[in-house]
Amino acid sequence: MPERELTFAQAVREALAEEMRRDSRICILGEDVAEAGTPFKVLSGLVEEFGPQRVLDTPISEAGFTGLAVGAAMTGMRPIVDIMFGDFITLTMDQMVNQAAKVHYMSGGHWKVPMVMRTTLGATRRSAAQHSQSLQAWFSHVPGLKVVLPSTPYDAKGLLKAAIRDENPVVFFEDKMMYKLKGPVPDEDYTIPLGVADVKREGDDITFIATSSMVQVALGAASLLEKEGISAEVVDPRTTWPLDEKTLIDSAKKTSRVIVLDEGYGRYGVTAELASVVAEGAFYDLDSPVKRMGAMHVPIPFSPPLEDATVPTEQSVFEAARKMCK
Amino acid sequence: MTTLITNHEAGRDTAAEKEKWLRVYRKMVSIRLFEENVNELYTRALMPGLAHLYSGEEAVAVGICEALRIDDYITSTHRGHGHCLAKGASPHRMFAELLGKEAGYCRGKGGSMHIADPATGNLGANAIVGGSVGIATGAGFSAKHLDTDRVAVCFFGEGALGQGSLYEVMNLAQLWKLPVIYVCENNQYNEYTHYQETTAGTILARATAFGIEAARVDGQDVREVHEVATRFVKRARLGGGPAFLQCDTYRYSGHHVGDINREYYRSKQEEQLWKTERDPIKMLGNWLIDQGYADARSLEGISEEVRKAMEAAVKFAVEAPYPPVEEVEKHVYA
Ligand SMILES: Cc1ncc(C[n+]2csc(CCOP(=O)(O)OP(=O)(O)O)c2C)c(N)n1
Repeated sequence: MPERELTFAQAVREALAEEMRRDSRICILGEDVAEAGTPFKVLSGLVEEFGPQRVLDTPISEAGFTGLAVGAAMTGMRPIVDIMFGDFITLTMDQMVNQAAKVHYMSGGHWKVPMVMRTTLGATRRSAAQHSQSLQAWFSHVPGLKVVLPSTPYDAKGLLKAAIRDENPVVFFEDKMMYKLKGPVPDEDYTIPLGVADVKREGDDITFIATSSMVQVALGAASLLEKEGISAEVVDPRTTWPLDEKTLIDSAKKTSRVIVLDEGYGRYGVTAELASVVAEGAFYDLDSPVKRMGAMHVPIPFSPPLEDATVPTEQSVFEAARKMCK
Repeated sequence: MTTLITNHEAGRDTAAEKEKWLRVYRKMVSIRLFEENVNELYTRALMPGLAHLYSGEEAVAVGICEALRIDDYITSTHRGHGHCLAKGASPHRMFAELLGKEAGYCRGKGGSMHIADPATGNLGANAIVGGSVGIATGAGFSAKHLDTDRVAVCFFGEGALGQGSLYEVMNLAQLWKLPVIYVCENNQYNEYTHYQETTAGTILARATAFGIEAARVDGQDVREVHEVATRFVKRARLGGGPAFLQCDTYRYSGHHVGDINREYYRSKQEEQLWKTERDPIKMLGNWLIDQGYADARSLEGISEEVRKAMEAAVKFAVEAPYPPVEEVEKHVYA
C-alpha cells in the first residue's frame, strides 16, 4: 500500500483531533477557529467533532485570551491558543514572556503552564509589513518557552503532539505558504521529541542548517547544487529551543562549510544564534566563515518585486553555496 | 415638500445645501465604484494580496470626513479605501498602490491595507485590528499641545472593541480632553463571527464609562452621520474633548474578496435586505430627488462621470511601473 499523504494543514488538524480525543482537558481558543476553521481553514471540522465548549471563538483580544490560557493551564486545563498571523504575537508578549515563561521558575516549581500557542510565519503572500513577519526569534530569546518550527507534514503532526503533551508553554510556528504542501504522514499516534534535529538530506561538501520554510528552500538549492557536483546536507533543528546543538555541530564538522537559513530577520535572529553555536562548536573544522541568510533588515514590502527580494530563495541560496564551495 | 420649507425657514442656503449633498453623493458613488474596480482587478488576478471592500459602508466615511478640514487627521483600517477616498485621496494613486506600483501613495510598499497620505491628513490605514487607536489619540494630543485646532478621527470596526489598548487611550483622551473622535463602524461582523458573539454589554457604554460623549447613529443615513459628526468635531475643536460615535452599518461583500461561501455565518437574505432596503447611496439619492436637488437622470450622470474617472485611474495604475528593486531598502529609517 502506498504511504498515506496529508497536507501540512491536515497533519496539524489530525494531531489536534487525536490529542483532543485522548485528553478532554485540551481546548482551542482563538479568532474564527470554530465554524470558520480559521482563515487558513486549518481547523475545519474540529468544532463539529468537539463542540463549542472546546473550540471557542474569541473576541479579537489576543492579550486577553492568551492570558486566560496561562491561568487555565495553571489550574488544570491544557489550552491551545491560535494566533492567526505571527505578527500578532506582539500583542501577547507580556502574557507569554512575563507570565507564561516565568510562572514555573518564579514559583519555585510549584505551578506549571502546559499550554501551546499555534501561530504562523512567512512572507511572499503579498500581505505587507504587518502580516508577513517570521518572529520566532522573539520567543526563542526567552527562557521558559519552547519554540517549534516544523518543516514537513510528518514533523508537524509528531511535533505538535509532543508540544501538547509537554508540561511547559510551547510556541508552534506554522509556515502559511506550506499549508498545502503534501507529504507522508502515518495514520497512527506518534510524537517527535522536542530538541532533536533531523537530517533532511545527507551530503558531504556543505551543510544548510534551515528552519521551517527555509528547509524546502535549502532542499531546492541542494538539488541545484547536485547538478554542479556539489553535495549538500540539510539539517533541520526542528526546535530553536531546546536546541540539538550536537547534530548541527557534527554536520558542520563533517562538511566544513555552513550556511544557516531562517525566514526571520537576519539581524539578531535565529540565524545569529545557530551560526554562533556552529562557530563555537566546529571552529577548527570549518573551511569558511559561517554564513547567515534570513529576511532582509527591512519591513516586508507589499509590492511583489520588492517582497521577493527580501527573503532567501532557492536561487540565492544556491549561488551563495556555490561561491562558498569554490 | 416639508423638508424644503424647513430648510427655507431655518434660513439655510439652499444652493449651498444642494451643492454639498450632491458632492457627498458623488463621493459615495466614487467609493462604491472604486471598490467594484478593486473586485474586478482582484478576481482578474491583477491585484496581489488581500482586498477588504468598503461597499455598503460609504455613508460613514463620507458623512464624517465631510465634517473635517483637509488638515484634520484620520486613521484607517484594513477596510480603508473608503476612508482614504472620503478624506480626499486620488483614485489614481490609490489604485497604483493597490497594485504595488511606484506611483502609489506608499511607493508600492504599503498596499491596500496601509495607504497613508500627509496631504489629506491620513496617518495611515492599519492591518492590525485596533492598531491605530494610539496613533489617532496621539494626533489629538499633538493638536492640543501644538495648538493647531485640528481634530483626529479614529476609524475602527467593532472588532477592535476586543482590544484592550482602545480602553487605555479612551481613558487618556478623556482625562486630557483630547480632540479625538472614535468612530466605531459596526458592520455586524468581525471577520466570520457576529459581533454579538464577541461583544458583551453595549457598545456605547464602553465610552460613557469614561464620561466620553457618545452617540449611536444609522450608519446608512449619511445625513444623520454627518449631523452628529459635525457636532462632535466642533465640540472637540473648541476644546470640549473626545467623543465616540457608533455607526450601524453593513459590508456588502465577504470579509475579503475571497470570502465567497459565507452562508455559514450570514444569510443571503440578510445581505439582500441591506442592499435593497438600506443602501446608503440609494437613500441619499431618493432624498436628493425629493428635495428637488436632482433627478434620476442627473444622478445617473454623476455615476457615469465617476465610472469613467475610475476607468482612467485603473488604466493609469495597470500601466504604471513597479518600483526598482533598490526601493526595498529605502525608508527603513528617516
Ligand atoms: C490584532 C489583530 N488580530 C486579528 C487580526 C485578523 N483580522 C483582520 S480583520 C479582522 C476582523 C475585524 O473586524 P472589524 O474590526 O469589525 O472590522 P471589519 O473587518 O468588520 O471591517 C480580524 C480578526 C488582525 N488584523 N489584527
